Amino acid sequence: MDWSFIISTTLLAAFGIEAIVFGLAAIGLNLQFGYTGLLNFGQSAFLAVAAYSLATLVSQMGFSFWIGIVVGILAAVLLALLLGVPTLRLRADYLAIVTIAAAEIVRLLLRSVTLKEWFGGSDGINDFSRGFYDLNPIAIGRYTIGPISLSQDQLFIIIVGWCLVALALLVTWLLVRSPWGRVLKGIREDEDAVRSLGKNVYLYKMQALIIGGVLGCLGGFVYALGRQAVNPDFFGTDSTFFAYAILILGGAARVFGPVLGAIIFWALIQGSDVILRSLIDAGVPVVSLMTASQAAIIRFILVGAGLMILMIYRPQGILGDRKELALDAR
Amino acid sequence: MPDSPVAGSRKEAAVQALAAVPNVPGAPKPDPILVADHVMRRFGGLTAVDVDHVEIQRGAITALIGPNGAGKTTFFNLLTGFDTPDSGSWLFNGKDLAGIPAYRVARMGMVRTFQLTKALSRMKVIENMRLGSTGQTGERLWASMLPFTWRKQEREITSRADALLERFNLLAKREDFAGSLSGGQRKLLEMARALMSGPEMVMLDEPMAGVNPALTQSLLQHIKDLREQGMTVLFVEHDMDMVRDISDWVIVMAQGRVIAEGPPEDVMKDSAVIDAYLGGHHDKALTASGVSFTEEDPA
Ligand SMILES: Nc1ncnc2c1ncn2[C@@H]1O[C@H](COP(=O)(O)OP(=O)(O)OP(=O)(O)O)[C@@H](O)[C@H]1O
Ligand SMILES: [Mg+2]
Repeated sequence: MDWSFIISTTLLAAFGIEAIVFGLAAIGLNLQFGYTGLLNFGQSAFLAVAAYSLATLVSQMGFSFWIGIVVGILAAVLLALLLGVPTLRLRADYLAIVTIAAAEIVRLLLRSVTLKEWFGGSDGINDFSRGFYDLNPIAIGRYTIGPISLSQDQLFIIIVGWCLVALALLVTWLLVRSPWGRVLKGIREDEDAVRSLGKNVYLYKMQALIIGGVLGCLGGFVYALGRQAVNPDFFGTDSTFFAYAILILGGAARVFGPVLGAIIFWALIQGSDVILRSLIDAGVPVVSLMTASQAAIIRFILVGAGLMILMIYRPQGILGDRKELALDAR
Repeated sequence: MPDSPVAGSRKEAAVQALAAVPNVPGAPKPDPILVADHVMRRFGGLTAVDVDHVEIQRGAITALIGPNGAGKTTFFNLLTGFDTPDSGSWLFNGKDLAGIPAYRVARMGMVRTFQLTKALSRMKVIENMRLGSTGQTGERLWASMLPFTWRKQEREITSRADALLERFNLLAKREDFAGSLSGGQRKLLEMARALMSGPEMVMLDEPMAGVNPALTQSLLQHIKDLREQGMTVLFVEHDMDMVRDISDWVIVMAQGRVIAEGPPEDVMKDSAVIDAYLGGHHDKALTASGVSFTEEDPA
């Protein structure tokens, strides 16, 4: 078996585009779900509107990179308002239903034939990232970091991506340790109690939904620029649930939970994949009864089983506090 | 009248102010802080609340009593903006509160607690307390990210919270999660938290329910203290001994209506009240529920 290949692939997954994209999505969810208790099941739509604002404006309409970014963020804010205004006054489950449906509507609109002219249908869009990579100050060449070898562009997007993660963490950290964050936690525990203490619960929920959506939408930009392409089917419900799995794995309502979760999640997903493939290639008995494409599915089963075991023995996630979780039982 | 030794001038003032008020439902008070008119709330075919007129005297402790399902909690919900009546109007300090959302009612100085205690479980006791303070700069989104804008206020809030925790015997629990408190301690915490906003009027929905007798005494004292500090208290309670002990005035509800009003001693002798509680079986022992309505009175 080629251990250096296994290790480099796993490391690249743990610290590469996927971990950044889902880390950002989960940081946004953490503010919404972890701290405020809002069940946003449409996080993928926030990534989608950002990624497609950038791709469509730059590629189909000829705007500059920065306009694409600004419009993408505004689109995420608008989406949050659209979802929040009718539902945030209602019981928590309404937001869950509306967001999951809205995310599917967004994805189906993006891949529709009628709107192909703007969004490229099921093929997506792929010529928009020039403006971003033109900003790359790193000299052309290949860069090796340990067992990983990256082009200057890959290195650039990974650095920018982790800077965005650091920024999102900083914002989250500042917010949740403030009195504002205290109101969010109060809302998560019991919104009527918070209301009785003179707080405008609706406003706070809306702010949390918007900020969480904007933090998540940064993941949409990183996805689009990292792949140098956008494809509608990436923004399905799977992506939202990956982000939830990551959040729970790392520990909800912990500032670093989503990032740790994303790193471990993608290391497990990609690591188990390349290990299984290597075993198949090496002709190891039993394992080699599978084909490589079956192995790609088996890894999800393995990771799913791993998550179940984690939930049984560490329901609070890796960084969570068990004592805190046990309080719910009362 | 039994007068506890600690009760100060405010109690006498409240009793004196109410002395001339007739014992009839909807009686006008000399200095009402809250006036409700024709407040009606229906749930389907059931009229849960139908209050023609009621006034709550400022600076007094008023008890709201009535059998289960009389509409006391619903009336609380309506007054504090947690529920919307089908019709009616009510004024707090002369300001019309109809249509005002619950959080604004609280900011205007009328805070409430809940019959089913709402401790914020996964927050520390001290954080529960800090949350109770209104007008915090750090609760605004942009200011929250600039700690220097709210540090000073936070310190002031914390010292106020500590003083209240001390008064409510919760200081030892300061750093514990509220979810780890006992039922009675949660009642105390909820009350202390409500006081963090410095309200003019506190509305307590069964503050003693589930609290052990030893703690009850201290809770009663806390409620009397609120009056001494100039607050108006309206509370719901089923235990008649407590009602007799601390209230200056009693309002009785049954089937959504105010059926009697008066000082505790008089109200508990009122036949309409006894009817409402016992469904007309006067001849039965009035201590059926361990509660006596009438004092042993040879007259
Ligand atoms: N949300 C609701 N939907 C339907 N009916 C309700 C609702 N809330 C209260 N009721 C009904 O209104 C009536 C009054 O209820 P409420 O809770 O105000 O009584 P209460 O006086 O507080 O009683 P208790 O002393 O038992 O707390 C009851 O008959 C109850 O069944
Ligand atoms: Mg009640």
